[in-house]
Amino acid sequence: MKGRSETVAVSPGVRRIEPQPKGAKIRGRRPVDQLEAANRFIAATEHERMHDARLWDLRQKRDAEMHAMPEWEELRQMASDIKEHTLTHLAHYLEEFERNAKANGVHVHWARDAEEHNRIVLDILNSHGAKTLIKSKSMLTEECGFREFMAGNGISVTETDLGERIQQLDDESPSHVVVPAVHKTRADVAAVFERTLNTVPGDDDPVYLSEQQRQTTRPLILQADAGMTGCNYAVAETGAIVVCTNEGNADLSANTPPLHIASVGIEKIIPRMEDLPVFVRLLSRSALGSPITQYTSHFRRPRAGGEMHIVLVDNGRSKRLALEKFWPSLKCIRCGACMNTCPVFRRSGGLSYGATYAGPIGVILNPTFDLHKYRNLPFASTMNGSCTNVCPVKINIHEQIYGWRQEIEKQHEMPLVKKTMMKAAGTLLANPTLYRAALPMADSALKHLPRFMLYNHLNTWGRQREVPEPSKQTFHQWYKENRKPRA
Amino acid sequence: MKIGLFVPCYVDALHPEVGIATLELLERFGLDVVYPPNQTCCGQPMSNTGCEEEARATEALFVKNFSGFDYVVAPSGSCVRQVRDYLTAVEQTPEVLHLRKTTFELVEFLHDVLKVDAFPWAEFPHRVAIHNNCGALRGLRIASMSERREPFFSKPKALLSKVSGIEFCDLERPDECCGFGGTFSVFEEGISAKMGQDKVEDQIGSGAEYVTSSDSSCMMHQEGCARRMGADLKYIHIAQILNGNAA
Repeated sequence: MKGRSETVAVSPGVRRIEPQPKGAKIRGRRPVDQLEAANRFIAATEHERMHDARLWDLRQKRDAEMHAMPEWEELRQMASDIKEHTLTHLAHYLEEFERNAKANGVHVHWARDAEEHNRIVLDILNSHGAKTLIKSKSMLTEECGFREFMAGNGISVTETDLGERIQQLDDESPSHVVVPAVHKTRADVAAVFERTLNTVPGDDDPVYLSEQQRQTTRPLILQADAGMTGCNYAVAETGAIVVCTNEGNADLSANTPPLHIASVGIEKIIPRMEDLPVFVRLLSRSALGSPITQYTSHFRRPRAGGEMHIVLVDNGRSKRLALEKFWPSLKCIRCGACMNTCPVFRRSGGLSYGATYAGPIGVILNPTFDLHKYRNLPFASTMNGSCTNVCPVKINIHEQIYGWRQEIEKQHEMPLVKKTMMKAAGTLLANPTLYRAALPMADSALKHLPRFMLYNHLNTWGRQREVPEPSKQTFHQWYKENRKPRA
Repeated sequence: MKIGLFVPCYVDALHPEVGIATLELLERFGLDVVYPPNQTCCGQPMSNTGCEEEARATEALFVKNFSGFDYVVAPSGSCVRQVRDYLTAVEQTPEVLHLRKTTFELVEFLHDVLKVDAFPWAEFPHRVAIHNNCGALRGLRIASMSERREPFFSKPKALLSKVSGIEFCDLERPDECCGFGGTFSVFEEGISAKMGQDKVEDQIGSGAEYVTSSDSSCMMHQEGCARRMGADLKYIHIAQILNGNAA
C-alpha cells in the first residue's frame, strides 16, 4: 500500500487504544458541568497530551507569523477599529449590503433567530424540490441546530469540511471553531470511519482514511440539489460574501449545485473591499499560523442559470450589541487563537464546554444565549489574559470573563455554596480582629488558615498537591517582636 | 519617602519570610517603611469570584489602612493587580484613585520607582527559572509577553541580573499560566493541578535548581505540585534573593 506510514499496522487487541473521552453531559437547561468533562479528558492522558501539543504547536506557528510582520500590532488595532466602527453603524451597513446584494441578483432574507433561519432555508429548499444539501463549515449553522432540524424535515445534509465531516459521522459537535475534530486521535478517526464508512479495521493511516472519506463524499457532492456556505466577511459596498477555507470545500459546496444558500451572522459585515485585506492577513495567521488560507473565495452573484440566497441572521446578536460590557465579543472573526492559547481549553477539550462555542470566546458568548445553562463556564478560566493578547481583533476576553462572573452573581446564578463562602470570607477579611483571631487559635496556622484562604476546600487542594508547610509565626507577629509598631 | 508595606494574607501566614525579606530590602534603601497592623486582604478572593458586594467592606478596610502613604508596596503581583485594576467596589474618591495608582508590586517598585542598579549584598550562585504571575505579566506588564509583537523586556530578570552568581534557565512555555488562579485552584482543582504539573515538568526540563517569582501564591501551588511529584526543585520569592537571604 503506497504512501502508508509504517506506524499503523498493529493488530487490534495488542495495543490498548484509549477511547475518546466524550464531551459534557447535556441535561436540558441544567448548568453544564465543564469541570466534570474536563477531568475525564485529563484522565485520558494520551488524548490530553496530543490535544495540548497540537494546539500549542498552532500557537507557536502563529507567533512565528506574527514576528515576521512588523506591522502586526498596528493591524490588530486597525481590525479592531474597523469592527468597532461597523458595529456602531451596523444598521447602515446591513442595509447597504442588502441593497448591493439585491442589485447583484441575490435573494436576501432576514432571520431573527435560529428557528427563523432554519425555516427560511427549508422553504428555499422546498420551493426547489431540493432533498440533498452539501455545506461547508459554519459556526452559525451549529448555533442554529441546523443539521438536526434538516434531518427532521427530510433533508439530507453532508458536511464537506473534512474535520466537520468526521464530527458529523460521529454525531458530535465541533470541538474547535477552526479544527473541529482536533480532540480526536488518528485511532479515533479510524474507529469512526470503520463504523460509518466501512474502512479496514485498525487502519489509521491518514492518507488511506482521507481517501476513503473523499471517495464516499464526492458522489454526494456531485449529486447534491443545493449547496450551503457560511461567511467570513460580508462586504457592504459590493454585496459580496467572502469565505475562507483550506480545502476549497466552500467552492465545491457553492458551485457544484445550481442553488447556493449562504448563512451570514449580521456581525460579519465589513464596510469596504479595502478593509478585507486587514482581516485576511490576520485570520489564518492567528488561527493556524499559516500566512493565508488556501482559498479565499468571493461570491458576489449567482452564476449563470443558478440562484443565490443570503440569510442574514441575528440570533441574539443585536441583544448582545446592547450589552455595555459585552458587545466587543461581536468583533470576533472566529479564528480560534484564543482557544489555541488557552491553557484550560488545551487541557479540557472543546466538548467539555457543552456549547456551540468552546474556549475563551465561548466562555463569553454562551452566557448571552442562556446564562443559567452556561453559568459555570466563566469560572473555567484563570483569567490569565493570554486570550486577550492573541486576539487579532483585540477583544478584551479575560475582562469580559470577569464581567460575566459579576453578572452571574447579580442575576442570582451563583451556586449557594460559593456565595456563602464568599460572604463568610468577606466578613472575616473586613474585620482585622476576627481575622487575627482566626489565626492564633491553634498551634499551627495550617489548621485554621485554609478555612478562610481555601474556603473549606482543603481536601480539594490536597488531592494532587501538598499543603504549604505551616510557619512558626505570622509576619504580623514577627513584626511586633522586631519593629517598633507604628500606624 | 513613606512606604506602606502590604503583606498579603497568605504571605503573612504561610510565608512570613517573604514579608520579612521585602521589609528588610526596602529598609536597605533608607525608606521609611510602615506596616499597618490592621491590614487583612485586598478583596481579591471575593471580587475575583464575581462577588463585588462581598468585597466592599474588605476593600474599604484596605483603603483605610493604606491611605496617606507615598507608595504602597507588596510582594505580590496578583494582589497589586487587584488594587490597581479592580478595586472598584468602594466609591472612587480622589483618595482611592491615588491609592490605586501608587500601589506597586515589589519588582516594579524597585525597577521603575527606585531604579535600583545594584544589590551588592546579594549573591545567588544557582540555576534559576523565573515564573511571572499572569496578573503581573499581562496586567502590570512587568515583562514582555509572547502573545504580542514587542521588544523583549523583563523587570524581574533585569533586577536578578544584578545579583552575582545567578544563572538563568529558560522555560519552554515561559508565559503559560501555572493554573493557580486564586479560587480557581480549589473550585476547578482537576484542571488547576494538571496545569501545575505541566508547569513543574517544564521547570524540571529547564535544568533549574530554583524557581523564583514575585508572587508567592503561584509558587505555593507549584511547590505543592512539585512536592507531590517528588520533584527536586526549590521555590524562593524574588525578595529573598534580592535581599541576599542565604539560599
